[in-house]
Amino acid sequence: MMGATYTTASSVEDAVAAMAAGARPVAGGTDLVVGARQGKKPLPQALVGIHKIPGLDGIGESDGGLVLGALVTHSALVSHPIVRGRFTGLADASAIVGSHATRANGTIGGNLMNASPAMDTGAPLLCMGATVELAGPGGRRTIGLDELWAGPGQLSASADELLVSVNIPAPSPGTGSAYVRLQYRRQMEIAVVGAAAVVTLGGGAVMDARIAITALAPTIHRVPDAEAALVGGPPDEARVDAAAAAAAAAARPIGDVRASVEYRRAMAVVMARRAIMTAVARASGQDMAIPASDSTYGS
Amino acid sequence: MKYEIILTVNGVAYPVEVDAHASLLHTVRDQVGLTGSKEGCDDSECGACMMLIDGRPVNSCSYLACQADGAEIITVEGLAPGDDLTPLQSAFLAEGGVQCGFCTPGMLISATALLAANPEPTPDEIRVGLSGNLCRCTGYDGIVRAVSKVARG
Ligand SMILES: Cc1cc2nc3c(=O)[nH]c(=O)nc-3n(C[C@H](O)[C@H](O)[C@H](O)COP(=O)(O)OP(=O)(O)OC[C@H]3O[C@@H](n4cnc5c(N)ncnc54)[C@H](O)[C@@H]3O)c2cc1C
Ligand code: FES
Ligand code: FES
Repeated sequence: MMGATYTTASSVEDAVAAMAAGARPVAGGTDLVVGARQGKKPLPQALVGIHKIPGLDGIGESDGGLVLGALVTHSALVSHPIVRGRFTGLADASAIVGSHATRANGTIGGNLMNASPAMDTGAPLLCMGATVELAGPGGRRTIGLDELWAGPGQLSASADELLVSVNIPAPSPGTGSAYVRLQYRRQMEIAVVGAAAVVTLGGGAVMDARIAITALAPTIHRVPDAEAALVGGPPDEARVDAAAAAAAAAARPIGDVRASVEYRRAMAVVMARRAIMTAVARASGQDMAIPASDSTYGS
Repeated sequence: MKYEIILTVNGVAYPVEVDAHASLLHTVRDQVGLTGSKEGCDDSECGACMMLIDGRPVNSCSYLACQADGAEIITVEGLAPGDDLTPLQSAFLAEGGVQCGFCTPGMLISATALLAANPEPTPDEIRVGLSGNLCRCTGYDGIVRAVSKVARG
């Protein structure tokens, strides 16, 4: 037996070739390597380090939208002025991933590709309409995040497809976004329940709304009923409550050591309401603290 | 399979031979011979193993040695030149930020990274910033005071 192997990819093509030969990519390692040490899953026998591939760590603007390389870290996202200013829900999410060591190494590609129903960047990116570009042996393709996740820890992408970039379209004027999670502590935590909202206001009314729930179903997903309940009038208490109730009604939570089914359901309403209200406040130009989740702490 | 890599720790290049799965922490402790960095949990919970890699704080227990090939690694031994202490190290001693000392190497690395990113953190920002580092002895107050003291200059 040859034992475990490791190579460092110096290009996307290199990485894809190694993956096609059976190697698993490792970026920051904060999920793959940590999971192995916790005994969740052994480290794959064949590994390919993708952390040195040039050009994958940039945050670029295109037509008012953003292009994030797969290797962009949570720290880079949280400190980026455009992410904070116009894609604030993503900054809310990246700001609460792990500790500062997790954020300095953990990448957006690794977060999305772990397909966890509790990952923090998933819900805001889904609401923002983000797509991912995947490179495989047969070429490149672009798919929506809703298409990417197939179940807890399961992707529709095949094992030899490398996530190259995340593309977020430009938000319409008057748009605000937020991501909020229920957490028992402010750092080193995983969402017990989470919700994201992207709200566009025009003339005092909600013109468009996107609402997604985290850690409440096998995959993070949007809730069309909640979105419909919010659109078409002012974001008053009745509308916000109806939308939050619809978001919670779509939840299919599991019960585990961190929270029971009943508690997750009850908190789904609260998190959805907070996400919507924060997004509305930001859409109307109010400056709300990042991460939005901190305001849920201890209150 | 064994891989020949070069770990540059505290400015010195160490050629070492490692398995694909070897952690940076074990390699630095057992092969490089620098045992300042500690192993508490070995799964990224406690921060006792924290090192700086190209300036980034990293839990080295959960980082592949192979991925650190060619990078600039700083461990607690490399924070201060020679036998001097950095202002942060002195403040830890003066403020009672050290008791058994097991968490201290990781705390110092973590606080160094925190201060580099945010030179004037509030006490709350210090607590949040150091929340990946567990201390069983001090109750954290001395540590927060020490970091505040350096932040105020
Ligand atoms: C202490 C701790 C706390 C954490 N807290 C949180 C938290 O609060 N919220 C949260 O969402 N996550 C959390 N995480 C999980 C993890 O840190 C994040 O998901 C991080 O973004 C993973 O990125 P990475 O680069 O380290 O991934 P890696 O570990 O390198 O990879 C993760 C997975 O994605 C695959 N992969 C990586 N990059 C690509 C790519 N470009 N294309 C294809 N596949 C790829 C890998 O093969 C692997 O299966 C935490 C982890 C730790 C250790
Ligand atoms: S030993 Fe590395 S985090 Fe605990
Ligand atoms: S001083 Fe003993 S663990 Fe911190």
